[in-house]
This record gives sequence, C-alpha cells and structure tokens, in this order.
Amino acid sequence: MEATSTPRAKAKRAGSEEPTAGVEQYLTFQLAGEEYGVDILRVQEIKGWEKATRIPHSPHYVLGVINLRGAVVPIIELRRRFALESVDFGPTTVVIVVKVASDRGERTVGMVVDAVCEVYNVPVSDVKPPPEVGGGIDTDFVRGLATMDEKMLILLDIDKLIVDTIFDGAAVAA
Amino acid sequence: MSFDAEMEEIHKIFFEESHEGLDAMESGLLNLDASADRETINTIFRAAHSIKGGAATFGFVEIAHFTHDVETLLDEMRNGVRAMSSQAQQLLLQSVDCIREMIKAAQAGGAVDVQRVAILNESIKDLLASGDVPLTPAPALPVTEVDTVPPAVETAAMPLMNVEGTAASSPVPGWIIRFTPHEDILRTNNEPTRMFAELAKLGPVIADADISAVPALEDLVPESLYFRWTLKLNAVVDQRRVQDVFDWVDASSKLEYEEVSARPAASTGGVGTAAASPAPAPATAPTAAPKAAPAAKAAGDTSSIRVSIDKVDSLINLVGELVITQSMLSQFGERFDPGQLERLREGLSHLSRNTRDLQESVMQIRMLPIGFAFNRFPRLVHDLSRKLGKQVELRLSGEGTELDKTVLEKISDPLVHLVRNALDHGLETPAVRSAAGKDPTGTIELNAYHEGGSIIVEVKDDGAGLNKARILNRARERGLVPADAELTDDQIHNLIFQPGFSTAETISDVSGRGVGMDVVRRNINDLGGHVQITSNEGRGSTIKIRLPLTLAILDGQLVRVGAETYVISLLAIVETIQVKADQVNRLPGGVELFRLRSEYLPIIDLGQQFGIGRDPSTSCDGLLVVVESDGRRFGLMVDDLLAQQQVVIKSLESSYRQVRGLAGATILGDGRVALILDVPGLVQTFEQRALQAEAASAAA
Amino acid sequence: MSKVILAVDDSASMRKMVHFTLSGAGYNVVQAVDGVEALEYARDHEVDVVLTDVNMPRMDGIELVKELRALPSYRFTPMLVLTTESSQEKKLQGKQAGATGWIVKPFNPEQLLATIARVL
Repeated sequence: MEATSTPRAKAKRAGSEEPTAGVEQYLTFQLAGEEYGVDILRVQEIKGWEKATRIPHSPHYVLGVINLRGAVVPIIELRRRFALESVDFGPTTVVIVVKVASDRGERTVGMVVDAVCEVYNVPVSDVKPPPEVGGGIDTDFVRGLATMDEKMLILLDIDKLIVDTIFDGAAVAA
Repeated sequence: MSFDAEMEEIHKIFFEESHEGLDAMESGLLNLDASADRETINTIFRAAHSIKGGAATFGFVEIAHFTHDVETLLDEMRNGVRAMSSQAQQLLLQSVDCIREMIKAAQAGGAVDVQRVAILNESIKDLLASGDVPLTPAPALPVTEVDTVPPAVETAAMPLMNVEGTAASSPVPGWIIRFTPHEDILRTNNEPTRMFAELAKLGPVIADADISAVPALEDLVPESLYFRWTLKLNAVVDQRRVQDVFDWVDASSKLEYEEVSARPAASTGGVGTAAASPAPAPATAPTAAPKAAPAAKAAGDTSSIRVSIDKVDSLINLVGELVITQSMLSQFGERFDPGQLERLREGLSHLSRNTRDLQESVMQIRMLPIGFAFNRFPRLVHDLSRKLGKQVELRLSGEGTELDKTVLEKISDPLVHLVRNALDHGLETPAVRSAAGKDPTGTIELNAYHEGGSIIVEVKDDGAGLNKARILNRARERGLVPADAELTDDQIHNLIFQPGFSTAETISDVSGRGVGMDVVRRNINDLGGHVQITSNEGRGSTIKIRLPLTLAILDGQLVRVGAETYVISLLAIVETIQVKADQVNRLPGGVELFRLRSEYLPIIDLGQQFGIGRDPSTSCDGLLVVVESDGRRFGLMVDDLLAQQQVVIKSLESSYRQVRGLAGATILGDGRVALILDVPGLVQTFEQRALQAEAASAAA
Repeated sequence: MSKVILAVDDSASMRKMVHFTLSGAGYNVVQAVDGVEALEYARDHEVDVVLTDVNMPRMDGIELVKELRALPSYRFTPMLVLTTESSQEKKLQGKQAGATGWIVKPFNPEQLLATIARVL
C-alpha cells in the first residue's frame, strides 16, 4: 500500500481494534530518554526487576540468570548493552521478557529497561531505514525508525540484538 | 484386537526380529575373519532365511526379493558348494546394510534407494552366476525353478463341458494319472482319498482302483496301503496343478501323468475354435499373492525403553512403601498433638528415604548397558582397517555396564571418533609394526566400568603412542603454550584436546575431517564428563572418559562465595578443611599451595576465578573444599559450606550459553538460581591461567 | 474339544502369524521356538497337527519330524513343514523324514487354513 496521506495522519495508537495488514504492533520502552520499540509478538511478559544470579565469564551487560517458572532465563541490561550510562534501578524499572529465534531454537531472554511506554500500530510503509552512520552506536540491530506522536521510535531487530549479544561467539571475559 | 491391529503388531515383531537377525548376520560375518566355521555360516543363513520368509509372508516384496539371492548365496556356502571369499563377505555385509535400510523404510514408511538395491542385487547375482562354484554344478538354480510355467499347453483346447461320453469313442480332454502309492503312505497321514478330493476340485474325476496287490489276510499289515489307482481327470489344466495334488507323496510313490487331447493334432486345423480357447483360470492358482497389507507406517520409532520386570517390581514395592508412609503422616494432619512430634519426625524421615529410593529406581529405568554403543565397533573397525591396510583385533569388555540412555546416545559419536583416531593415527601398518618388533596385528580395546559414582570408558590402543616433541612444537607454533614452559608428559599429551590442535599431517578420509579432539572433549564435557589421555611412545595410548551416571540429578554440596551460592558435585569432593592464612604458601607466579598431610594442593580461589568479591574476613583463611579431578587434587576456596542436597540439573547452554567452569544451573528451594560447578573445567581454566601468568612473569 | 496344533518356528513374527490365523479359526495353538522345545512338549502332550519351520537353531524341522515319527503316538500324526519355494531338497528330506506335506512360504492365512484342513 502506497502512502497517499501523510504518515502522521495514519499513525495512531493501538486501540482495541485489530492491527490490519501492513501494520505492525510495537511495544515501546524508555531508555536514557529515547523510545525504543520491539515487535509485540516477541514479547512474552513484562515483570518487575528481581536480582539475578550472576554468571561468571559473561559480558558486563549480562546481569545473570533468573528463575522464570522453573526455566533459567538470562537477563541483559539494555543500557549497558548500548553503552549508555548505567543508573540505579528505580520503581519503573522493568524486565521485558522476549522470545528470540536463534539457530539453536527459540530462546527466552529478559531485557532490563527504564520503563515501558506504549503499544503502537506502525504502518510498515512508515518505517524508515536507520541512517548509515549512527553516532557511535551500532545500528546493526536497528530495524528502522518511525515517527509516532511527534516522537522518534527506534525499532529494534530483537533477534539480531539478542543472538549476537549473548548466544554467539566465545565467552567474553567480564 | 482387530485384524489390522493384529497384523500391525505382527509386523512390529517382524521388524524387531529382523533387526536382531541383521545384527546377528553382521557380527557373524565379521567373525568369519577368524574361522569360517559351519555353525557361524549356518547362523547367518538362518537369519537371512527368516527375514526372507517373514518379508514374503508379510508382503514386503522388495525385501523378500532382495534377501532371496543373499540367502541363496549363503545356502551355497553353508552346503560347502561355495567358499566364503572376502569379496563375498564384503558383498554380504553391504547386503546387511541394504536390508536394514529397507526394513527401516518399511517400518517408517520412508523411501529406499532403489538404485543402490538394484546395483547390489546385480552384484550378488553376478557372484551367484560366477564360476566361483567349485565341484558339482549346483542343482538347477532355484530361481529359475520356481516360477517355471510349462510351455503353452492346450493349443487345441475345447471348452469345458459335462463329460458323459466314453473315452474310447471321443476322448474327453484332460489327464490320466496312474498312482501307485508307497505302502507306508498312511503312516505320514497322507490319505489318498483326500488327494482325490483335492483333484476333484480341478474337474470331474473317475477313479479306478486296482486291488490286485492286496495280500492274503495273514500277510496283510493294516497300516500299509496295497491299492493302485488310475485316475481320469476330465479337465484341461496345467500339468503342474495336477502334480501339485500329489506333491506331498511323489517322492515315495509312483506317479505317471498322461495328457489326453480332444482329437488327433492333425484335425485341429479344420475347426474354427482357436479363438474360443478358455485358458485355465489363473485366478484360483494356489500361488495367489499374500493379501497381507504391506503398510506398517504406524510402527515408526517411538523412542522407548525396554525395562526389565525386576526394575518395575522394585518400583511397585517402593510405591507401596510410600503409600504406607503417606497414610501414617496423614494421621497427624487430622489431630496434631505435640507429644507426637517424635513420630512425625520419624514419618518424615521415612518419607525422605522413600522418595530417594523411588527416585533411584526411576533413574534405573533409564539405564542401559553400554554394549548398545559398543555394538557398532566390530563393523566399523573391520571396514576401516581394511581401508587403511591395517590389521586390528578389537577387544570389548564391560559391555554390561549401565548408564543413562541420554548419556549413552551422546557418547556414541565421540567414541567413534576416538576409535577412528586410534586406528588411523595410533596403530601402525603391519610392516611398521613388524619392523618395530611388534605383533603385526594391533589391538584396540574398549572397556567400560564403574568407578565411584561415574562410568569410565577407555579406548586403548597398542600403537605408536603420541609423539611428544611434535605435539609440543605444534602447540608452541599455535601459541597454545609459552616457548619456554616446562610441561609434564601428561600435560603435553593432553594438549591434543586443545581447540585448534590437530596432529594429522595430512587430512585423511578416515579421521580429521575438520573435527578435532577438542570437539570430542567438548561433547564429553557437555555431558558433565571429562576425558584424559595417557600415552607411551612406541607402546600406545589410553584415552579415559569419565561420565556421570545420569544427567538429570546431582548430589550437590551448596557453598557460598561472597553473596553467591554455588553447587559442587559430591562426587568430586574429597574432604573439606578449615584453612589458616599461615598454612598457605605462594609460588612465584602467584599460585597458592596448601599443605595437606604430605601433599601440596594448588588452591583455586573461586572468588578470584569468577570475579566475585569474597568476604573480607575470610579472604585469606576460609574453607577449602578438596576436590579431585583426573586423579589430581585441588583446593577450592569458599566462604561457607551450606546444605547438601540433590539438585535437578538445568542446562545453562540451552538457555544461555556454555560457560567455562560451570556444568549447569539449578533452582533452589527458595526459587533462586544457583550455578553448578564443573570441577574439571574449572581446573583446566585455572591451569591455563597459571601457564599464562608464568609466561607473563617470565617475559617481564 | 478343539484340535491342538503345535506350531514350531524360531521367528516370533511367524509364530504370531500362525497363532493368530489358527486360533482365529478355532484351533488350539501351542508354540515352540525350536525342535528341542517342540519335541519336549510333544512327548508329554497330545498334539493333532505339527506345523514346523525347517531352519531353526538347536534342532531343525526335518530332525524334529524324524524324531517325532519314531514315537509310537506320532506315527500317524499329520506333520507339515514350512518351507520356501527354493528348497526342493528340503521337501525331499522332509518327505523322507516322514512329513505329511508342506506349506510353501510365503503363505497367507487362507492358504494356511486350507492346508491344515487338508490333513484334519
């Protein structure tokens, strides 16, 4: 579907209506003043922060593992992953539990973020590719940018982000 | 049970016994190397024979057809008509594989490599036809004998009709059979009257009995038969079908068949009946194909375990005890009286014992003998030694040693790799061996046994052993060890398990297909086991694999390191000692030693290893958990000992990734996750670090 | 009383097939895994028909027929040998040993029943 009206006119918050074809739903969250979006179909649940069991020989952004109803689930701190300043966890700090596809099957991972914001219906045609040069931050796992309610949303390619981050390669010393 | 269900069940049994038969054929064929004795060939033949018979009966036509020639070949060998050649042996082994594939395909409803079957079948037929056959020519090849249809009979057949006319004036077409039964025919329960009834099914029969041979009463033996018959069958049928009726008695009795034509051959041309000739209806032929439906798709492999009745009985007993304990405990729930506290405690201790026993018994169900993994080796070694031009004797022992099904399945591939390696790189060629004064035939031993709570599997060869100098050079080239590091022999040998290390100078077809010993070690480590090699140059190598009995549960000692809780397998722990700072010595390079009686133990500080801040108060003196790994002892420095308990092992690799020094994770009673230490892995990491530190201090 | 058939075969699937077919037709089927076991049973029990495979470990079918025929109570008992089409020689040996007849493998249930009916 070609855009015949302005993107803004088409942008709307997800209400009770079902998303239509050509529209993707994103859960957005806050991280150091920016709003990021993840494909809502990947989100398994949102839970409060609880202390994780630290795992030695892990990257610094892997906080450890938690027990999620009998399953051992790794937790990453997204601020650290994006080389943003680390802050103390506050009352709005939450863990977004997502499912990702790795070449060894589906994995479940928790991401610590500052706060959860909204669910948006984003028309696919409104998603712009990320600029070639991001100011120091790796844009490999940015699927695209979208503008919603005058704000920029950074849409994440969650598979790439998580799989490259913690499942691949040799253990990185802490 | 319905007919179909019943047939399916029978097919399942057939598949199972066919696999057993094929295994027997295989091991029989491999044993022929030593002595081609009659009984072995007989066993192989019988297995092929049963498979063919079953396949034909149950409608697996291709299997029956293929196995038929294999059977014929074996039959000739069994009867001494044909010698067992190594070519034939190879062909037969390939046939075993082929039949196995076909059976599997029939089982799972999959496809068979038709071309492969055809080619192999062709080779067998060639062999059968070859002049390999010494002595007397084999009695007419059974294949051709089977379905021979007599050349077109009855060119001038007349339509069947009610025969009333006498044979003299216008002969009724059919057969005249002169039957002189053997006197003893009745003893085998072959009643002539029954045969006549059989014959009458083909058409009207007139029987004339000749009783002239009946002796006088005083000479008559009541069990003997003295009659002779002339039978007239008024029906135009194949001679074969007539003969079939007397098939059971034709060896002992005298039988003559005479065909009666309607009229002399010369006159046939005049009558225009050619088109009307009704061929004998073949539909009723006794050789009608079996009706059994060939489909048996439902019989696919459901992963299952055969469990001995003893194990099941023991479970039932334990459940019985559990029920008693439960009913005893439930009384306290109704009315609790503090005076009964002692009884309650007793009940709870019963309960925990019951639970533990029950758990052990359930685990027992998953235990299978390692022989299942060893079984493939005779064949593998046979094929490989042939390919490599080496002579090998394979010795297996401890096949009955049981281990968890999952461990068993996962250890198979690493074992194959190790055996291939031993054959390819370990054992020398017969010429080299002879030159070195060794028996030209090398030995590879596979041995399994229990040691402590583990299973040990050894792969031992009496080959050339590891070349220390070459290994060390290679390791230095690859930067795996510092140039001037002093290593013990054991340390050098075990370098072959390092990632990126491969001693094979040329990549051979047999081993070294990109998969190195590091992968073998990783696979074994993934199972919670570890592997070690000892070697004697010129005398051979022994690879020792230690495996846990089960992967699901571990008896653990919980320890505290700083704020973290770790689990150490009780199997690894020798003892625990309180350490004072002044009992610790420090080597140059930083390694700390603790003197335990006459031994100096290297201390591994878990806090340091894992980057955890340990309690300041115990940073120097704390608790030392003495662990054993590959026969050597180390001390793990921890802050506190917590409970001992059984923990359910959760894979860290499947939810996160493999972490050095950790065997997995578990969930504690309070819901927290605790990590389980991998002691051998920890020791390795520690040693690598020590080596690096040594190198660094030497360089400085 | 139903007739007793002693079915001898080292193959479990064959035994099951024979058992299933014959017991379905009202016969009482006793199974043995080889000649030795069959002979042992036959000595102490009454059997109406013996149905035996040829190739078996320990004691084959031919030997079994020979042994049984030598027993007074089995002089007239129908004994059928299960054989393959390829073993003409076996048929001959079977006859010489005293077999009543044979059933050619492969056979289907109807053929088996027809053959049994032929001797009973």
